[in-house]
Amino acid sequence: MKLFGALLCCSCCFAASTVIQNATVMTVTKGTYTGSIVIENGKIAAAGPNLPVPAGATVVDAKGKWVIPGIIDCHSHIAAESINEGSISVAAMVGIEDVLNPEDIAIYRALAGGVTSANILHGSADSIGGKCELIKLRWGKDAEGLKFQGGPPEIKFALGENPKRRGESGFGTGPQNLRYPATRMGVEDVIREAFTEAKAYQASWKEYEDKKAQGKVAIPPARDLKLEPLVEVMEGKRIVNVHCYRQDEILMILRVAHDFNFKPILQHVLEGYKVADEIAASGATASTFSDWWSYKVEAYDAIPWNAALMARKGIIVSLNSDDAELMRHLNTEAAKAMKYGDLTRDEALAMVTINPAKQLHVDHLVGSIEPGKDADLAIYDGDPLSTLSKVTQVYIDGDLYFDRDKDLAGRPEIEKERKLLITKAADRAKQDAKNAKKDTDKDKDKEKPSR
Amino acid sequence: MLSTKLNLPLLAILCAARAAHAAPPDAYLLHNARVVCVSSPTLERGDVVIRKGMIEAVGVDLKAPADAWVIDATGLTVYPGFIDALSTWALPGAAPPGPTARGTSAAQPAPTAPANAPPPSKGPEDRPLSATFYRAADHISPTDPVIATMRDGGFTTAVVFPTNNIFAGQGAVIDLAGDRPGSMVVAAPAGQYLSMKTNGFSSFPGSLMGTIAYIRQLYLDADHYKLAQSIYASHPQGLQRPAYDENLEGLNASPRALLPAHRAVEIDRMLHLAEQLKLKAVLYGGEEAWRWTGPLKQSGVPVLVSLKWPERPKEADPALEDPLRILEYREKAPGTPAALAKAGVRFAFFSDGLAKPADIRKSLKRALDAGLSKDDAIRALTLSPAEIYGIADRTGSIEPGKIANLTVTSGDWFDDKTKVKFTFVDGQQYDPQPEDTKKPEDAVKTTEATN
Repeated sequence: MKLFGALLCCSCCFAASTVIQNATVMTVTKGTYTGSIVIENGKIAAAGPNLPVPAGATVVDAKGKWVIPGIIDCHSHIAAESINEGSISVAAMVGIEDVLNPEDIAIYRALAGGVTSANILHGSADSIGGKCELIKLRWGKDAEGLKFQGGPPEIKFALGENPKRRGESGFGTGPQNLRYPATRMGVEDVIREAFTEAKAYQASWKEYEDKKAQGKVAIPPARDLKLEPLVEVMEGKRIVNVHCYRQDEILMILRVAHDFNFKPILQHVLEGYKVADEIAASGATASTFSDWWSYKVEAYDAIPWNAALMARKGIIVSLNSDDAELMRHLNTEAAKAMKYGDLTRDEALAMVTINPAKQLHVDHLVGSIEPGKDADLAIYDGDPLSTLSKVTQVYIDGDLYFDRDKDLAGRPEIEKERKLLITKAADRAKQDAKNAKKDTDKDKDKEKPSR
Repeated sequence: MLSTKLNLPLLAILCAARAAHAAPPDAYLLHNARVVCVSSPTLERGDVVIRKGMIEAVGVDLKAPADAWVIDATGLTVYPGFIDALSTWALPGAAPPGPTARGTSAAQPAPTAPANAPPPSKGPEDRPLSATFYRAADHISPTDPVIATMRDGGFTTAVVFPTNNIFAGQGAVIDLAGDRPGSMVVAAPAGQYLSMKTNGFSSFPGSLMGTIAYIRQLYLDADHYKLAQSIYASHPQGLQRPAYDENLEGLNASPRALLPAHRAVEIDRMLHLAEQLKLKAVLYGGEEAWRWTGPLKQSGVPVLVSLKWPERPKEADPALEDPLRILEYREKAPGTPAALAKAGVRFAFFSDGLAKPADIRKSLKRALDAGLSKDDAIRALTLSPAEIYGIADRTGSIEPGKIANLTVTSGDWFDDKTKVKFTFVDGQQYDPQPEDTKKPEDAVKTTEATN
């Protein structure tokens, strides 16, 4: 347990209140100031240039350091023991919630990159994939402790190459295993069919309730875990993340969304700049890469100005990682939007903080440094939008979850423990081998007289 | 049936060879032994009277019944017969794959032509990898050589389960002696064995979260099935008839669910699933249960601890450095029993494929080295498994009225030199097979190899 102990001890030293002093604070929504942040009961109690220190508060001197709201990654696949239920085109019954792995080291590494929340998405193998899970990177807590409390549930849809690949005749598992759909048209059909089925399911419950109200004997419909999430989507209770690339499929999903009453987060949306007016008018939002392109045919028309161009049209835009490594430097991913698209510092930083919070309907809790919000903070040793800066501390709900100095100081101890365990195992293996030899020798002795 | 008939002459020869007596007696007196009762204090010089397969009396200086064979057990130790709490002994081949099983089961016959391959499962409604109705009690093989091998190693009882599917079927408690399967069964069904198997990439479920979603749906369906059947039974006229479903029948017939849980993350996950589905759960595996004793205690869910302690795979790259977490997982697994005993979590041991009684005892000793008391170890081999399966009223300890399953040894079971002198199974005495004719272990190995 020493490993966990060493990493966990950060969150144990929790005092009633903490004050971070003398820092350059980028609130994202309320400008930048030099001063303090007061944390009480896991929330930001006050933020401003000249704040009194409450009695008994732990004081963190952040002179020369910068504080930003904890980074929110709107598209990640860490911390889960499975990602794709790729067998069927509509897999809405599965959920990341069931397979969260709070011991995935990627959590700690992302934390060390200033990330405090991550939207863990189902993969893109299915037209309608599984339920997603928004988490906070509370390293050391159990699966339940990772969950972000206070946001609506989500689901993943996917368009284009990935969901249709399994229907194409060249797919490797043999003709008997081909799966509908094989085309973009088919993807739309699968999604519309699923919603139509969900409507019928909804109606069957209503019919049952009506019968019951009239005092008639009736058997309730069987609960269907595949259709229930789709009913929630149509009732506006569940957010839809749509994996998409091309402008034609973006327009398609906007029409579907209109017909079934939801406003999706468009994920990837690399051609979003081509149909930004339509996206803005629909109320959908967009979460994209800073500058990844051409890694597949449908990604050829991507441009690094995409995020800025969509933002200028009034779309809420976030920049995401979709990758455990990229996740560790989303601050510089945001900074790229200043170079490509001339966004201001705050506009750029908003794309990894308040904007994803808005998209996920949790902006009342996180995404900026404002009194009343969760004390999710990342402290850098320099300008957070510079590649030269490093994260020194990360707080979630006011608890310290990453401390660079403590991490470095704890490494020799971890290495010592590791060596010890290796030696122990090796000694035992040697002993076992010796005993086994003794046994065989004994057996040989026994055999001798009989020969 | 044929096989049992063939065996009768052999049995007769064995009986004749054992002694000049025509038939084994109805009654025995074990005199002057150390009697480890488990449910009551150990008698240092005690007597046990056995009659008609049951324990008639336990005490000090008992008078020998007139018809009893008296066995002078001076210097010997009498334990309740050991129980393997999760086993496939006497179940060669374990079970057939479910209706749409593909790829994962070794027992599955190879498809002769693509036309014969089962179609991919398209969802929970296809009941993939499910055979809840398969009853181990109907498939016991009394001639399985492992029975005698393990009985010679002190085991008189095993709780055997089919294991080949997600819902593999219903287990049975069997005694390890008898010429007819029916007389070997102590209690059935013992519960439903679940695994987290997946069905390959193109057949549902193709992922861990798919499997969990399927398990959840099947339990919901089973509840609905019960409700629908009962409503229909009282109002058949004017109601649509609920469809018969063999898998829901099987699930509703299973008094408890065995869930796999090795790492702490999995234990946590399965405890949540069991709570959510209101299952009477038993976890099996338990390698990292030492980290999760608090929640286990709180849940009241017992653990079957695997005696196959995790080791570095022999084929592992010698140059590969194991992370501390993996090293700790291996090093501390044998500490699980001690930790569970200390926390008051009910647990029992299971052989988990260990083919030699000597290996089982070696594993037990590692648990003792890691802090488990001998009393707790014996309890986890006797009364605890009986309690977990709800049969402590008939077996698991040495008390009058219980089944006469006894393991009689030359001394303390955890002393290296101690040997099993003889066992009683259902009141019948069994001497260990002579060393030089002991070949069944090899037979076990061969069957494993051909699988």
